[in-house]
Amino acid sequence: MKISPLITVFGLVSLAFTLATGLAPHAEHWSQHAKSDNLLGMMFGDARKLFANQFFTMADVYFHSGYYPSVFDQNARQEKEIISASRGQKETEVDEKKEDFFGKPKDWIDSFGRHFKITQHTHLENHNEREILPWLRLAADLDPQKIETYTVGAFFLREHLARTNEAEAFLREGLRNNPGNPDLLFELGRIYEATLPEPERARNVWELGVRKVLELNPKTDEEKQDQKQTFDKLVVHLAHLEEGAGRFAESIAWLKAAQKVSPVPEELQKQIDALEKKVSAPQK
Amino acid sequence: MNKIFALAGVVIKELYRRKDFYVLFVLTALLTLGAGTANFFHDDKIIRYVKDICLLLIWVSSIVIAIVTTARQIPAEREARTIFPLLAKPVSRGQVIAGKFLGCWLASGIALVVFYFFFAILNGTREHSWPVGIYLQALWMQWFLLAIVTAMVLLGSIYFAAPSSTNTICFIVVIGLLGLGGHLGKIALQQAPPVQNILMVLYFFIPHLEWYDLRDFVVYDQPMIAWPAIALATLYAAVWTAILLFLAWLGFRRKGLNT
Repeated sequence: MKISPLITVFGLVSLAFTLATGLAPHAEHWSQHAKSDNLLGMMFGDARKLFANQFFTMADVYFHSGYYPSVFDQNARQEKEIISASRGQKETEVDEKKEDFFGKPKDWIDSFGRHFKITQHTHLENHNEREILPWLRLAADLDPQKIETYTVGAFFLREHLARTNEAEAFLREGLRNNPGNPDLLFELGRIYEATLPEPERARNVWELGVRKVLELNPKTDEEKQDQKQTFDKLVVHLAHLEEGAGRFAESIAWLKAAQKVSPVPEELQKQIDALEKKVSAPQK
Repeated sequence: MNKIFALAGVVIKELYRRKDFYVLFVLTALLTLGAGTANFFHDDKIIRYVKDICLLLIWVSSIVIAIVTTARQIPAEREARTIFPLLAKPVSRGQVIAGKFLGCWLASGIALVVFYFFFAILNGTREHSWPVGIYLQALWMQWFLLAIVTAMVLLGSIYFAAPSSTNTICFIVVIGLLGLGGHLGKIALQQAPPVQNILMVLYFFIPHLEWYDLRDFVVYDQPMIAWPAIALATLYAAVWTAILLFLAWLGFRRKGLNT
């Protein structure tokens, strides 16, 4: 039996129409899903987090210009240096030695092979830090819930590349994906405080951060420690902000709050004493 | 020697008659240019990821060209029965092996030069720098890696049943050598005997292809490598190539040619 081409076309159009009507509600659901979780997330499912971690690691590899331990090296890093750098930690000589993951050559193959490997520990500088940004962008697209991606990206944009607007936009994107996250609020406050500077906005954002961090309900020890650290840095920065604004009483109150969680309460006590002296000193 | 060059010439002509190279080159160019147009935080000076992607594609393409071109040489001659008039020229079996190897290696080299020229132009226009020295070292080392790979595939094409199996096995071996070769020693130290001993023996008796991968030096703008080290690596590649070609000749010498 011969089927007319017209009937075939009609049949295919009908099939397409039926499929379109059937898939339309699902497509709407997908597009809503995509809004909150982006297209890459929809494509990769949970595997996207693995890719995101890999891209985040790539950012760290680029930060070290290729000097990086492989999975077979015993001194694989505990914490990525882009994270510690974004927290303001400077590397000491001891740290550098610890990171000499090559060690002494084990044999002639290892020894000769080092001619063809990058064996010097360096960090990107002089605005070359921009080279890590594509990987952070990809990591954020693949795992929008990974907070470090936004904080590290915003830190390098703000501190090393002087791109405050992009840093703020990146953090705001992070906040849209993770509403009220205290770490993101802290970073956002740093932009307002140090870079713009807009101390009023910084105060508002950090105070919101303190409220949010107190609302957290940590379960594991690690989560409890993270909560303490975030609370500590928020209140210490708030104290310094208030001190700069001449509101010593508020500053003392924040420092006292910080003392409860700080690993160095005696240091904070010295600051409180100094502030109390200022308060009690006769006004000129 | 003329016979070897004549055989090599035929293989080179085959490279530009077939579509493999053109497809891979266009694909590399398109993917690289596509990656280059991406906008990250409105910063148009970001370049290293483009270099990284382009070099990775060049590596994949050159290995594909070398393996696929080499794997079909002798089986195709046997299948088309052109091996008989070839050997009746007279051309010895050793000369066939040498000619085929030289042709495939030179063809891979020509492809590499085109790829690296594209890479240098792309990088020069974006970064406004021309580190020709490190490009030449990277190209040279990659070409000598392809010498080992070509010889290995030629050897495989004599022992394995069909070009498809040669291709598959050689791809796995090359990827394994590149990815694990340099780490076998470390892995061995973490194992108990006798696995440790076996891995150690393997570590010392495999060709260390990972030395020839200088992509990091190009991507991260590192200084050039000392020339004596390059010369020694070249010698190492030459020795391995000679060993593999000798084994290929031994196999081909005794091989029946009827399909």
